[in-house]
Amino acid sequence: MNPWMTYLIWPLIKFSIAFIAVQALVAAMNWIERRLLGFFQARLGPNRVGPWGLGQIIADPIKFLLKEDFVPARAEKVAYYLGPILPLLPSFIVFCLIPFGPPPTFAVTNNINVGLLLIFALTSTAVYGIILGGWASNNKFSLMGGLRSAAQMVSYEVPLGLSIVGVLMLTQSLELEEIVRYQEMNSWNVFPQLVACFIFIVAMNAENNRTPFDLPEAESELVAGFHTEYSAMKFAFYMLGEYSLMIVNSCLAVTLFFGGWSLGMGGIGFTTEVMQKMGWVGGLIGTGIFVTKMMLFLFMYIWFRATFPRFRFDQLMDLGWKFLIPLALANIFVTGIVLLAFPSRLYGDTVIAVGEIMLTVIGMIVIALTLVLLFKPKRPKVINASRVSEA
Amino acid sequence: MANYSVLLVAALVVLSVPILTLFIIVPLVSAYRANKVKLEPYECGVPATSLAFDHRFSVRYFLIAVLFIIFDVETVFLFPWAIRFKQLGWFGAVEMAIFLAILLIGYFYAWKRKVLSWV
Repeated sequence: MNPWMTYLIWPLIKFSIAFIAVQALVAAMNWIERRLLGFFQARLGPNRVGPWGLGQIIADPIKFLLKEDFVPARAEKVAYYLGPILPLLPSFIVFCLIPFGPPPTFAVTNNINVGLLLIFALTSTAVYGIILGGWASNNKFSLMGGLRSAAQMVSYEVPLGLSIVGVLMLTQSLELEEIVRYQEMNSWNVFPQLVACFIFIVAMNAENNRTPFDLPEAESELVAGFHTEYSAMKFAFYMLGEYSLMIVNSCLAVTLFFGGWSLGMGGIGFTTEVMQKMGWVGGLIGTGIFVTKMMLFLFMYIWFRATFPRFRFDQLMDLGWKFLIPLALANIFVTGIVLLAFPSRLYGDTVIAVGEIMLTVIGMIVIALTLVLLFKPKRPKVINASRVSEA
Repeated sequence: MANYSVLLVAALVVLSVPILTLFIIVPLVSAYRANKVKLEPYECGVPATSLAFDHRFSVRYFLIAVLFIIFDVETVFLFPWAIRFKQLGWFGAVEMAIFLAILLIGYFYAWKRKVLSWV
């Protein structure tokens, strides 16, 4: 086959599909989020434009396009424009590296053996856009918002990176496809790496400046944080970058902890082999499974926003530096000790990974106990009728 | 085979969208009625007493950045170790424990010197 086709044209077509799909999803997320927040708060949300308010998805971008787009007179022009444009680069390029379905067809590029490292290198540059925009606006609120945001993103970058290490110790690979293969052959990493999964989800919420940690845009203190001076399309690009990073982080959480495109554990169930035998249809089903899991994570973001009140800034820094980092280090330590103390053994013809199985069982027990405690039927309080009448 | 050239082309595709919109489409379609007051920095409707560029910001942000660099480099060192964790065995684990112990001394020193407290 023509090398131009294999190495440039096909990947580019696939990337364009992913690019357009993500942009459409971001526009849809805007509507989904407002609608769901409405339901959470016992109101309707936007329901006027089209059936169920679906026309809002198209109406919002058009309104952004037609609004007045000006640059404040005393802003630093170049940096002011770079602010919204720069974060778009990492947050969309990353979609080249994420495997949406079983190989070889359903990822933009295959066999990137430093995949995870590259993704972290790219996504951590997203902070530049925010701090540049906050500084260049020449507004005190923007500056404070930008600095807070930088401190917060930088602080939570560390637990995010450290929580991955435990996963890597199990999977022994940085390649995302290998990580998914490992999970379908053994167990989803959420069970043996329960603590890492918890840290990852908290840190990814903080990385995206989402609600329990949305201090950069705390309305009650900072007007609108780093994007106070941004209007129209430039503001829309900030939102686009932020939401696509949310999608990236959801994809990462699905790939690292929840089995990626596969639906099954221990080699049983809907695994890569089954999908590859089914050809295109299997691949599409795998992509469907991946997207469904990702949408559940996006729902979780909105759920958190509707549920948790905002942190204070010192509480936020304390949680990151004094709780999550020691916890992540302890997780690496415990995982290492268990894996080394109980190495894989040969029983007959089969290799049994004793340490991995121990971690998995412990994780499953903890999850089961948590669920039991959460959904334990509460005994209704017995009100003594005679006492009520006496009082 | 890994194919990294796509990343560069993808970057061009991604960059073209905001550049086309901001510099070609937006000037054509959007309204523009700016005046002197609108172009001032926003400060709750009151005329701004000073600009943000006149002020300096807290050194704490700098300290956090320095701490971040130390810990991020640590994470980067942990990644290759974690990938070859099973081959390296106890030897690698003890080596890494010593490395982490040295870093943790610095971490607790910073904690004691109140670098990590914000109030």
